[in-house]
Amino acid sequence: MAYFKKSPWLIHYDGSSCNGCDIEVLACLTPLYDVERFGIINTGNPKHADIFLVTGSVNQQNVDIIRNIYNQMPEPKVVIAAGICACSGGIFAECYNVMGGIDKVIPVDVYVQGCAVRPEAIIDGVVKALAILEERYARAKAA
Amino acid sequence: MKTIAIGIAYVILAPVIGGLLVGLDRIISARMQRRVGPPILQPFYDIFKLLQKKTVVVNRLQNPAIFCHLFFMIATGFLFFEGSDILLIIFVLTLSGVFLVLAASASGSPFSHIGAERELILMTAYEPMVLMMLVGIYKVTDSFHFYAILESAKPLIVYLPGIFVGFLYILTMKLRKSPFDISYSHHAHQELVKGIMSDMSGKSIAMVEIAHWYENVFLLGLVYLFFGFSPVLGIAAVILTYVFEILVDNTFARFRWELAFRSAWLVALVLGGGNLIALYALMGGA
Repeated sequence: MAYFKKSPWLIHYDGSSCNGCDIEVLACLTPLYDVERFGIINTGNPKHADIFLVTGSVNQQNVDIIRNIYNQMPEPKVVIAAGICACSGGIFAECYNVMGGIDKVIPVDVYVQGCAVRPEAIIDGVVKALAILEERYARAKAA
Repeated sequence: MKTIAIGIAYVILAPVIGGLLVGLDRIISARMQRRVGPPILQPFYDIFKLLQKKTVVVNRLQNPAIFCHLFFMIATGFLFFEGSDILLIIFVLTLSGVFLVLAASASGSPFSHIGAERELILMTAYEPMVLMMLVGIYKVTDSFHFYAILESAKPLIVYLPGIFVGFLYILTMKLRKSPFDISYSHHAHQELVKGIMSDMSGKSIAMVEIAHWYENVFLLGLVYLFFGFSPVLGIAAVILTYVFEILVDNTFARFRWELAFRSAWLVALVLGGGNLIALYALMGGA
């Protein structure tokens, strides 16, 4: 039996954004949404994390940071792009320094829409990501 | 034979009790913050998950050091409940702590290094109080052995109130509770990324976490010693102490290392030293 569904630890990174999605991610930790009910912990350390939750788009400044965090996470791992900027670059897509959505740099498993993304939508996205995480673990075990 | 059986029972049961205590801790902490909190079995889910995760080891020293940390932590509790000399036990406990510092220093991460340094500072901060506690216990009961101390049926808390309060102070450090969680914090609002745990992953975290559970049960055993003359009172004191530590954890902001170090030595000097002086003055003798 895999335990990823019961104990997903995530790391959050906010790229080039207005910080609206950033605030909504933190709102998930407040008493109103309380994601610790599901065992979700915001670790702040890529080596401890199962889920990489990115808000905001990629630009020339943070592309290396995003790659670095992703590469430091041990398998199995999933990536969630939360908010329209993380999905496609959003309102910043045309900017000279913005490269676009997170999927331009690292493979993204779940896209969560919204501007800013709603806490309920983030939690739904994490639940979707957990199914992928379990599947990945089962595949790695079988191999 | 009976004492060895209790020691073995500790080795088997301590992770279960320790895990449940941490689960309870997380629920009570959540309720104090008006949240619902995770299920009580959450710490076990975390450990099982960590065991299934791929472990990234940074160099050859890291994993043996973490394993020795766990091994000597188990040995500490086993020897304690088996009834060995508490002096020896405290040295084994320190050895276990040193291995954790070694494991953290083995990595190249600056966060891990600062965490290791702070862990060393915490060890120097709490050690004088631990030694004073042992001197006090020996003065009252003439023994360094768990069962001999219990059989003496002396109400240690009456003889050693200052030392008990001092011990509560350093217990906060040992349990890795705020305001003394400067080397590693269980909370989301950590600093230094994750301190000594920064460069550990998967099974390494699981081993350190299980060692922490063993340590918690051993430390609560030390609390029990003070009230050992009455088992009911003893268990009540252990539970109250744990809840009190959770309350402290949730009400204090993190100290700087200078304040943690100075205050711990001041408490050891005033409460521990004062208690010892009073003890020698009242009981007399060498």
